[in-house]
Amino acid sequence: MTVQELPGAGASHRVTPPPAWRPRTEAAPLLPDPEPYRVLGTAAAEHLDPALMRRYYAELVRGRRYNAQATALTRQGRLAVYPSTVGQEAAEIAAALVLEEQDWLFPSYRDTLAAVARGLDPVQALTLLRGDWHTGYDPREHRIAPLCTPLATQLPHAVGVAHAARLRGDDVVALAMVGDGGTSEGDFHEALNFAAVWQAPVVFLVQNNGFAISVPLAKQTAAPTLAHKAVGYGMPGRLVDGNDVAALHEVLTEAVKRARSGGGPTLIEAVTYRMEAHTNADDATRYRSDSEVEAWKAHDPVGLLERELTGRGWLDEAGMQEARDAAEAMAADLRERMNAEPVLNPMDLFAHVYAEQTGRLREQAAMLRAELEAEDDA
Amino acid sequence: MTTVAEQGVKPATMAQALTRAMRDAMAEDPTVHVMGEDVGTLGGVFRITDGLAKEFGEDRVTDTPLAEAGILGTAVGMAMYGLRPVVEMQFDAFAYPAFEQLISHVAKMRNRTRGAMPMPITIRVPYGGGIGGVEHHCDSSEAYYTATPGLTVVTPATVEDAYGLLRESIASDDPVVFLEPKRLYWSKSPWSPEAPTAVPGIGKALVRRAGTSATLITYGPSLPVCLEAAEAAREEGWDLEVVDLRSLVPFDEETVVASVRRTGRAVVVHEAGGFGGPGAEIAARVTERCFHHLEAPVLRVTGFDIPYPPPMLEKHHLPGVERILDAVARLQWEN
Repeated sequence: MTVQELPGAGASHRVTPPPAWRPRTEAAPLLPDPEPYRVLGTAAAEHLDPALMRRYYAELVRGRRYNAQATALTRQGRLAVYPSTVGQEAAEIAAALVLEEQDWLFPSYRDTLAAVARGLDPVQALTLLRGDWHTGYDPREHRIAPLCTPLATQLPHAVGVAHAARLRGDDVVALAMVGDGGTSEGDFHEALNFAAVWQAPVVFLVQNNGFAISVPLAKQTAAPTLAHKAVGYGMPGRLVDGNDVAALHEVLTEAVKRARSGGGPTLIEAVTYRMEAHTNADDATRYRSDSEVEAWKAHDPVGLLERELTGRGWLDEAGMQEARDAAEAMAADLRERMNAEPVLNPMDLFAHVYAEQTGRLREQAAMLRAELEAEDDA
Repeated sequence: MTTVAEQGVKPATMAQALTRAMRDAMAEDPTVHVMGEDVGTLGGVFRITDGLAKEFGEDRVTDTPLAEAGILGTAVGMAMYGLRPVVEMQFDAFAYPAFEQLISHVAKMRNRTRGAMPMPITIRVPYGGGIGGVEHHCDSSEAYYTATPGLTVVTPATVEDAYGLLRESIASDDPVVFLEPKRLYWSKSPWSPEAPTAVPGIGKALVRRAGTSATLITYGPSLPVCLEAAEAAREEGWDLEVVDLRSLVPFDEETVVASVRRTGRAVVVHEAGGFGGPGAEIAARVTERCFHHLEAPVLRVTGFDIPYPPPMLEKHHLPGVERILDAVARLQWEN
């Protein structure tokens, strides 16, 4: 059979490819809207649940205070390093609050606040950054994966958990967090592709905070938006204002519901801004202007919600004070417990490398033990 | 004592024993999942997973997208959730894209979580040369794995070990890099899939040939070469002992040291390059622990420190009988 004889070959001389070559998915419904979705400050806000929004307000105030306290702890030498989420509290908190008890959260190293909002003890969340161990909690107990330092490598883990849960017939959704810089990593691509092929119940939340340390998004991608990347994998992309906690709650809830009902993964880009430097060790003045930072202050996630709630009479001064008091209590408790010296046992270095220690490690552990005993004797 | 051959047991290949090991593990434990490129419908490019998808279905024997970091990364998630993934990397050099997942997560997760989240993942890697393969299908990549704390590194050299060690690797709660010497896939030995021979566990080396003159320390694809060299050495009047390490991590120092203390001479043989290869560590440890028993320095016969050669030149690179005998001849016999 020649090409001319194939079905579809005709006057145009174009061949219809066999079925495997046809696109599987309609592209148009997957495309994100060109503008980030917003609720606060729009007419849609009148339909919000005042009680839920007051809860978000209290969490945002607490989250802002948590950021301030953690940064203060770096100055006091109680934390080795802290990557701040000031300005990003809405996305951190919404990511945690849309999940059910049995769901899994996959935070990056910046997302300690999301873990805390999910209910993790802040001291446990900060263990990695204090430096007394690499993870301060049992991930299975909390269904919070260890804070992940290598960029985007936690995303395939989320796909694996979601896939395994689905194979076992469990009702579990995995929500994976990553930054704008992380979307350039190969693991971002592979995770989204696997998730879409397997129709795994995963929600990918990209917080586009404008910078990967010093590198702005324009040097990171030529995509129209990061949400557009979803289309290439055959999953929907959603663009949302990352400082609008009501919009985030709606978009994330919808994606979690879609995943839970067997509809597969969603990629969400939350457009936000990192108000502080990458970490306390970074100097943001080397790569961005104060005026840019100032402009974003007017779009602060706490202020946005506060204006909406007070404007509608859903929150009064007493309610705000209550939120501030609760945040202060959390900060005081965190400060006090972080000021206690962590208990260190150098022999732990050998305890968890393998299920059963190798002869080699037993020998090295004995060497360290002897050194410690000699120190004690001296 | 009768041998299994005398009992009428038919010969089986290493490939068949490996397939059977996965089959039996899957039948016994519903959390065992096999995943990788072409492992399902095709049964793998070396046919090691042949028949598994048909028996256990695509949910448990999964053809993944072609992306090794994604394969191992999703396997990490599956292990987090309590499954026991068995991952196939199609070739030694095709495992490299997965190294970040392997080194930063698979190897470290147990330690990172103080034992709360172990990684019971088996990563099967066909490795080594001698099959006339192209540049990226013949690497001896073991040193990358042995240099990574948290990984167990196993390599069988016999049919019964292929079954026994793979079963044990899958059952292990630690991640195991299971290096399959691809040129031995079709090596045969009497072996019954219905009554597999019990073998010593991971971390135990075996004396494959007892001898008194010198010890050849080896593993995987170089074991048959060493046994052949030991036979040839008889003509020279040398009675060589051959130790098969079977696992590189843990390294069975006691068996090796006991052998070298008996013979007083040692040569380490492997296909991987010599600089920073496993032989460097083994020679150092043997020297540290056998110094007063040694009649000569510990020598190494390894692949050259070069990128893997093109197929028509590989015979010059791989350690062969002559090169091993030359090394044995240099063990200062005249003293």
